Amino acid sequence: MSEVMDKPRVVIRGRKVVGGVAEGEALVTRETISGWGGVHAMTGTIIESRHELKDQSFAGKILIFPGAKGSSGWSATFHLTRLAGTAPKAMVFNIMTTKAALGAVVMRIPTVTDCDQDPLDVIRTGDWVRVDGDAGTITVWSAKPN
Amino acid sequence: MVKLTDAERAMLDGDSGAATQKAMELLVRYAEALGAERFVETNNVAGVPGSAPPWVKQYYAADGGDYRAVFSRFDLDSDEVVDVPRMNAFSCHLQGGMDPSLWREQGMSEDAFANFQSDESEVAAHGVQILKTCTPYLAGNVPVMGEHCAWMESSAVVFANSVIGARTNCEGRESTSAAMLAKRIPDWGFHTDDFRRGHHSVDVQVPVDSIFEWGMLGYFVGDAVQDTIPVITGSVSDPSLIRHKHFGAAAASSGGVEMYHMVGITPEASSVERAFGGAPRGERFVYDAAARKRIYESLNSVGTSEDVDYVMLGCPHYSIEQIAQAAALIEGRKVHTNSALWVFTSRAVKATADANGYTKILRDAGAYLMTDTCSAISQAVPPGTKVAALDSAKQVHYLPAMMKIEGWYGTTEECIDAACTGKWRGKLS
Repeated sequence: MSEVMDKPRVVIRGRKVVGGVAEGEALVTRETISGWGGVHAMTGTIIESRHELKDQSFAGKILIFPGAKGSSGWSATFHLTRLAGTAPKAMVFNIMTTKAALGAVVMRIPTVTDCDQDPLDVIRTGDWVRVDGDAGTITVWSAKPN
Repeated sequence: MVKLTDAERAMLDGDSGAATQKAMELLVRYAEALGAERFVETNNVAGVPGSAPPWVKQYYAADGGDYRAVFSRFDLDSDEVVDVPRMNAFSCHLQGGMDPSLWREQGMSEDAFANFQSDESEVAAHGVQILKTCTPYLAGNVPVMGEHCAWMESSAVVFANSVIGARTNCEGRESTSAAMLAKRIPDWGFHTDDFRRGHHSVDVQVPVDSIFEWGMLGYFVGDAVQDTIPVITGSVSDPSLIRHKHFGAAAASSGGVEMYHMVGITPEASSVERAFGGAPRGERFVYDAAARKRIYESLNSVGTSEDVDYVMLGCPHYSIEQIAQAAALIEGRKVHTNSALWVFTSRAVKATADANGYTKILRDAGAYLMTDTCSAISQAVPPGTKVAALDSAKQVHYLPAMMKIEGWYGTTEECIDAACTGKWRGKLS
């Protein structure tokens, strides 16, 4: 791939929630996510009725979402995805809640919030994304760079 | 960076033992993720400390696969296994996985029951109260206004903040287990005055005067305001504990509502001005006849077959008032041979139901009064269930999706009629 194509499409700056660096394919939703009762931990699949990602798995993806909702079992459900090997590789979300913060902490995955551009506007499902939790940066390519 | 007091620094240095040290380490990571600047002390913690299904214990087999391993590795997210002492804070266990005596009827195996008993004896031995309910405020733990708590269970959290004026975020399993040892929780969110102010208004223009109507309004409000704080005005009337319980559970399910203000009804909303507290007023949502109809249809969108083979009541766990009402509705009738009726509550409330004869009335009709859990938590429904009828907006939100069944939402009367006839006849009047 040429140098031009390797250039990221955009770099977003935010605040560290959990440190570390991970990259992978983005899975983006404009709908908040329920943990317990909304996610099947063993497969990392969204199961909530009427959710736009229903039956899709976030396992190994970079999950980009507005925030967490629903049951207080959010962190424990996402914690189980870490045990089951179905956790996302990293997360970016807009709305800080105790559910999302604790979930990110116990999954131990790089997570960023408080972004300078709305990640839901800028990142599309299938984009290649690198989340650097420590630096608070999210680097986005339209396809995986070489 | 979170600022620590000398006492907190000492816990982090291990002065109170290894388990409390690991608890503080987790709480510091959590506080920093939130962006909290300090901790608040708490002596009222409700969670699910250390209870785990067998596969989670097997996952930690190399660490011993026991309560100690699960509490250290999962609850405290510690890389090391530590000895777990009695909890330091006043601590309660919320709902669990099965009924302690009707577990066979719930389809649980001997092994699963043995695991349940083993966890429960560990929880008790660690000084955690066995309330086993999503409604601790009906079973011996009623916080007071202004009390800092660390509670799990979204329906209990919204009740504590909104109806009582206690202060708790919607905590998770790991943060509550850590708080049981460290007696600390991040001073963030609902612990602070500013965070408790209203964001959006909801103008109620149709009469909301029964538990069924309060539940639908709650589901509407959560969907409208998502995880923000609504200020509700208009024709909401006849508040009672069970109406607030249903309203809050519904709003926490369809959105992420953890606190609401009802002007003239809830303690931090003596006026609209007080509820908003000078904060800018956001959007205005209107709950009118069209919205009410839309919510009813949404709650009933996962039902097509009218052949109801299961009716579940008790989400959140029924109060004694609701059990008395259910018993009165079913006395002298029988649950249909093609259907089943399970009613869920806490052990504390069931003791009263036993004394009043309600448990027997339900049993004589072919229904069961069960404790500790519900069909969603235990993932237990009668064998072959395809269509459930529910009087809880929260349960109709969760159960059909989790169990891949159909679900109907209606009044308690309609649900009991469905149990006794095997047919759904609910409608919006």
